[in-house]
Amino acid sequence: MKIKNITSESIYFSIFHAMTLIGIGLLILTLILLLLSGYSVIDQDFLTRNWQHRDITQGGIFPAILGSLYLGLGVIVISFPLGISTAIFLTEYSKNNLLNRIIQLAIRNLSGVPSVVYGLFGLVVFVNILSFGSSLLSGVLTLSLMTIPWIITASVESFQSVPQKFREASLALGATQWQTIRKVVLPSAITGCITGGIIGVARALGETAPLIMVGATFYLSKLPSSPLDKFMALPYHTFILATQHSSPYANSYAAGTAFVLIMLTFLLSLGAIILRFHFRSKKDW
Amino acid sequence: MTNIAIKINNCSIRSNKVNSNHSSINISENLPKWAFGFMATLTVVILFGIFIFLLISGLGTFREIGLGEFFLGTDWNPTAFNAPSWGILSLVAGTVMISLLAISIAIPFGLSIAIYLSEIASPKTREILKPLVEMIASIPSVVLGFLGLLFVAPLIAGIFHLTNGLNALTASILVAIAALPTIASICEDALSNVNQRFREASLALGATKWTTIKRIVIPAASSGLIAACMLGLGRVIGETMIVLMVAGNNRAFPHSFLDAVNPMTANVAIEIKEVVVGSLHWQSLFMIGFVLFMMTFVINFIADLLIYKKSL
Repeated sequence: MKIKNITSESIYFSIFHAMTLIGIGLLILTLILLLLSGYSVIDQDFLTRNWQHRDITQGGIFPAILGSLYLGLGVIVISFPLGISTAIFLTEYSKNNLLNRIIQLAIRNLSGVPSVVYGLFGLVVFVNILSFGSSLLSGVLTLSLMTIPWIITASVESFQSVPQKFREASLALGATQWQTIRKVVLPSAITGCITGGIIGVARALGETAPLIMVGATFYLSKLPSSPLDKFMALPYHTFILATQHSSPYANSYAAGTAFVLIMLTFLLSLGAIILRFHFRSKKDW
Repeated sequence: MTNIAIKINNCSIRSNKVNSNHSSINISENLPKWAFGFMATLTVVILFGIFIFLLISGLGTFREIGLGEFFLGTDWNPTAFNAPSWGILSLVAGTVMISLLAISIAIPFGLSIAIYLSEIASPKTREILKPLVEMIASIPSVVLGFLGLLFVAPLIAGIFHLTNGLNALTASILVAIAALPTIASICEDALSNVNQRFREASLALGATKWTTIKRIVIPAASSGLIAACMLGLGRVIGETMIVLMVAGNNRAFPHSFLDAVNPMTANVAIEIKEVVVGSLHWQSLFMIGFVLFMMTFVINFIADLLIYKKSL
């Protein structure tokens, strides 16, 4: 009986181990396949040149890279303050009351709303009702809405991990609640909020469906110079090249674009993960 | 620690100064509270806003199309010249088929990873593997769709002797990969939240590690695990780019997993840019969006209740 238990244990454990390795393998496989199909087009011109509509081999994806960077910056500017403020309210000001419960329910539901639904919302509210048109601004606002719940979740975790004694010590010394939050809690929690937030932004950068709906473009005659200008973006560019372009080189260019996109998101997530390790090792509590 | 002590010192000195003026402290204390409260309630406003705007934009559909025709009709062809048809049932069937198959691939997979990370791996291995699993989550779905188009679809076509591999099966496999990290990391959270004493008690009674996991840890974490599966299901239903690229976009009612399908998300994403703003077709696409929203809302709501119950 004992022996049978132990063999079944080792069988199950090796299955779990294998599944994990397959999962990680998928990640590596994705990178290898992209690199294999896209390496022939990735060079300096590809990264720095303007996109050429007629002959795609003559141009680069610089406007798409720039567009994605603008989107990322915009999402950070809008969703970080909102997300972190909400987390402060939830963890510091309102604990275990009905409002807190309702807000939490809303956050969990928002993070599960399909991206295509966010796209519809952005289309009707930002593009049509507020008449921002198919602009960078509409794209940023729509992606920010998607990102806010992820940033709130990461920030709440970060605020909750600040030991309760910090707050008590500060309050006991006569500091008010706002002073405690500003001078004690926020400095201890902010790095966690930022690293969690960066991962959220990395995910937002890869979102394509909202950009289709809000209306990214495939070709720009000039680079966007104001938030109301039209824009290109890496994921949308990948999508069009992969599905709706007739050039025989379209697939390798799609792979090249996808590789740049995935590198951008990986660098962001990896940066955040390294930052997290760094702060965790420096943390003196 | 000293750093913080100094910070606390600083602010206590300042607070003494402020304390001398009562009305200013009331304002400076209450203002942030109300400001943060306002920001926090925005999340509720956004959720409610999505609900309202989708409903308003979509409700006009039923002025011209009957409820029965819309929800029970199997023929979706709004651009037909003679008699356009507006039944979303085959779109719903596509979504349901892909979701069910994808989730049944992703759950055993994700749960295994979670068990390995939480119960079996050494702390050091976990520190390395967990971020890697998080990185799978940051693979954009358009990239998965593209690789599916390039590699998985031809593979499936070869195995089943089809002309092309763009069908529900291919889409399900790729959607499962997309949902995997969500399920794995939430399951992992649920397992790690199980009190360590449960495990120790079980091991002390002579149970093996596997028996402990099977009989103690998994049952103790069950509501969290179910919640993880629900959240994964929500993610799978809402997946757009993968199904748009590899599901085949066929409007006929699907009969097998090797049929090309046209799930709701893909249908909305592909048609919305080609319709006139405010037209019946536009309104019907918003109605499909509303149905999607309600499906995921109900699923997430149940998941939230399960997680809340667990944390009590």
